[in-house]
Amino acid sequence: MTGERKAANVLLVLQVLHVLQISHHMKPKDTAEHFILSSSPHAHAKTSVSRIMLDVIIALLPTTAAGIWFFGMPAVWTIATCVSTCVVTEALCRLAMKRENTIGDLSAVLTGLLLALNLPAGIPLWMAVVGSAFAIGVAKQAFGGLGMNPFNPALAARAFMLISFTGPMTTWLKPLWWKTPEAVTTATPLATMKTWFVEKTVEATASATPHSASAFPGLWDMAIGSIPGCIGEVSAIALAIGAIYLLWRKVITWHIPVAFIATVFVYSLIAGGAPAYMQVLAGGVMIGACFMATDYVTSPTTAKGKLIFGFGCGLLCMLIRQFGSYPEGCSFAILIMNAVAPLINRWTQPKPFGAK
Amino acid sequence: MRTVKSPFKFKGGVHPDYNKELARDKAIERMPVPAELVVSMSQHLGAPAKCLVKAGDFVKRGQLIGEKNGFISVCVRAPADGKVVAVEKRLGPAGGKADAVIFDTTAKPEGEPAEPNNQTIKQSNNQTISPILPPLDWKAASREELLKRVEEAGICGMGGAGFPTNVKLNPPPGKRCEYLILNGAECEPYLTADFRLMLERADRIRVGVEIMRKILGGPAVRIAIEENKPEAIAAMEKAFADIEGNVEIVVLPVLYPQGSEKHQIFATVGRVVPEPPALPIDVGFVVENLGTGAAIGDAVEKGDPLLERVTTVSGDAVAEPKNVLAPSGTKYSDLIAFCGGEKVPPAKLISGGTMMGFAVSTPEIATTKTTSGLLLLSSKRVFQYSSQACINCGRCVRACPMNLNAAEIAKAVESDDVKAAEDLHVMTCIECGACSFSCPAYRPITQFCRRAKNSIRARMAAEKAKAAAAAAK
Repeated sequence: MTGERKAANVLLVLQVLHVLQISHHMKPKDTAEHFILSSSPHAHAKTSVSRIMLDVIIALLPTTAAGIWFFGMPAVWTIATCVSTCVVTEALCRLAMKRENTIGDLSAVLTGLLLALNLPAGIPLWMAVVGSAFAIGVAKQAFGGLGMNPFNPALAARAFMLISFTGPMTTWLKPLWWKTPEAVTTATPLATMKTWFVEKTVEATASATPHSASAFPGLWDMAIGSIPGCIGEVSAIALAIGAIYLLWRKVITWHIPVAFIATVFVYSLIAGGAPAYMQVLAGGVMIGACFMATDYVTSPTTAKGKLIFGFGCGLLCMLIRQFGSYPEGCSFAILIMNAVAPLINRWTQPKPFGAK
Repeated sequence: MRTVKSPFKFKGGVHPDYNKELARDKAIERMPVPAELVVSMSQHLGAPAKCLVKAGDFVKRGQLIGEKNGFISVCVRAPADGKVVAVEKRLGPAGGKADAVIFDTTAKPEGEPAEPNNQTIKQSNNQTISPILPPLDWKAASREELLKRVEEAGICGMGGAGFPTNVKLNPPPGKRCEYLILNGAECEPYLTADFRLMLERADRIRVGVEIMRKILGGPAVRIAIEENKPEAIAAMEKAFADIEGNVEIVVLPVLYPQGSEKHQIFATVGRVVPEPPALPIDVGFVVENLGTGAAIGDAVEKGDPLLERVTTVSGDAVAEPKNVLAPSGTKYSDLIAFCGGEKVPPAKLISGGTMMGFAVSTPEIATTKTTSGLLLLSSKRVFQYSSQACINCGRCVRACPMNLNAAEIAKAVESDDVKAAEDLHVMTCIECGACSFSCPAYRPITQFCRRAKNSIRARMAAEKAKAAAAAAK
């Protein structure tokens, strides 16, 4: 009895449903009719943060390869240590903050790579670990992660390491030392060049005879990177190839690198000392201008703002090189300009189309 | 008449996938009048029309069913013969509900013999039905007569916003129209309705242009077409070959949002419209969609009010993409059925194009005078994302055709600082979507701008009401 009634009820419900559907001229509901709702636009350029980060990593490969060629296995270990420490620190920080894991956006990989490329090969690896953990834990995630950090994490970590581990951070392997394993450490050209600001007479002899007894590197060595320095900063040609790739991929615009490098060039023409091309090729100007100062998060948005930012970086870099207590001022210059970037943004608001 | 290349390029803009090949070769096809029509009283910008019919009424095609209600309003006419089944609030494509008249087009008044729905046959053969409004000779008619015709034909801008055309064609005293721009850019992806109109109805568009020119007191005419439509340019050149006066076809580079009126004014003549509340007429321009031009031509010469329009039904989830001439009030489900149904289950249904169209929740929503497209996108074409923090890359700022700092506006709105967004000129935003389109962090920047604009508008309205109340005391 109850079974029959149940069946009849089901039948009745089905009939009612059927009638309802007919009267509304509707097809039976199925899952496909739950449409996705969202505000326009419904199309996307198919760019992504991880793709941009990947592009920068790709652009850094030539200089990474050059660094490994000149400085050998210590460079490999430094890079591997920095990248893995950054990724692990990022994951741990996100876990501790109970936020989603963001290692997939590749920004931690990039920070690790950039930090390693800004360290001298042969630095004790535990120092690289401390520096990498600082870059991600303090300079990036403490501020809320990607997009929130006021300073370039890799450069903040480099500055931290330079102050904490001054000796190892200024001990340079000779390029291609692994071919001639005696006398492996040396001074960077920058240390010599600093003295030229005062002893301006050396300039003429050095530039006229680059391979003189002073053993100062020549233009070719500086261009390919056969000079002492950080792993990724030495090879101007490899850095230029990477920068061209980034420009071609429209990841960066020309404004910051050109303003930065031009300022360094013009400053050294005016101030004297080492020839202008040397100021550009030695030290961190190339990697700084093309890869560090162009970091989106910590640089201005508009073209005008980028020009001011690049000019500021170049000027501060040269002022530190000439008057500061360190031979190199590139990373400090960029860090100071990072702090000024929000102000520059405020000065250089775009003027809306049609605004007075 | 001559054809020139656009001498001015505006800043910003993006290049979305156009996907126009799906429907560009499909000739305009007239759809049979569906059994049910849902005719909204709010098919245009401004106050909804006042409904003149009630359930049970029988109406004739072209009969006035909604009276224009205020200065910025447009009348509504019945798109087909039928019986009013109900007058009720119905969901529109933009999400709001408005009064709509629901017709049963198969019902006949008592006494008339029941016959199969033959309205389609009648319509496709214009000889057999008498014109709804008396045809006018535009050369002999006065400016006022022509303006009145545009008004009583219920014509509004057919490009999307639906601004009442008679208001636009009648500049306030002291404002003179120097240039009439006919907007044939059709920069929205997928849409090919205007392209087909240019290919098939260039002569009607020409009549419309001549009428508008007469109403506006003889301005120079610029016809703006993107360079990826060479067939349309050729067809328009042919139709306009012997037109007198200062008429130019301006070939625009392919760049979204080339169809924005401010950018078209800049691209064709190089003039800049000041920020809102300034309007194009303040710098001497009237910009009309070319579909509107064709509608004016028909309304005057044939006496046909605006009862139907060409809608591009496209996307990868529809069986046969088509350019459909359908009565306004056709439900999306009927349009889809006319285009062979669904090829694969659509994940998203969009009224309009992919850049500025509205995603809708149900195919029971009906077309209006401004429905330029209906897109069915499969899950493969639907972009779903979770937004990340802004990385300050500046892509949105470079993409913004209004040169706004979109990233900063979005951050301000995200932290509920509408005042900051207002100071960043958010009211100048045209909601073209170029910022969200180019954002690698998938931030819904356009939506943030909309949110700010809506709350600013609400605040302005409240202030205005308060001031009015104070003045009344």
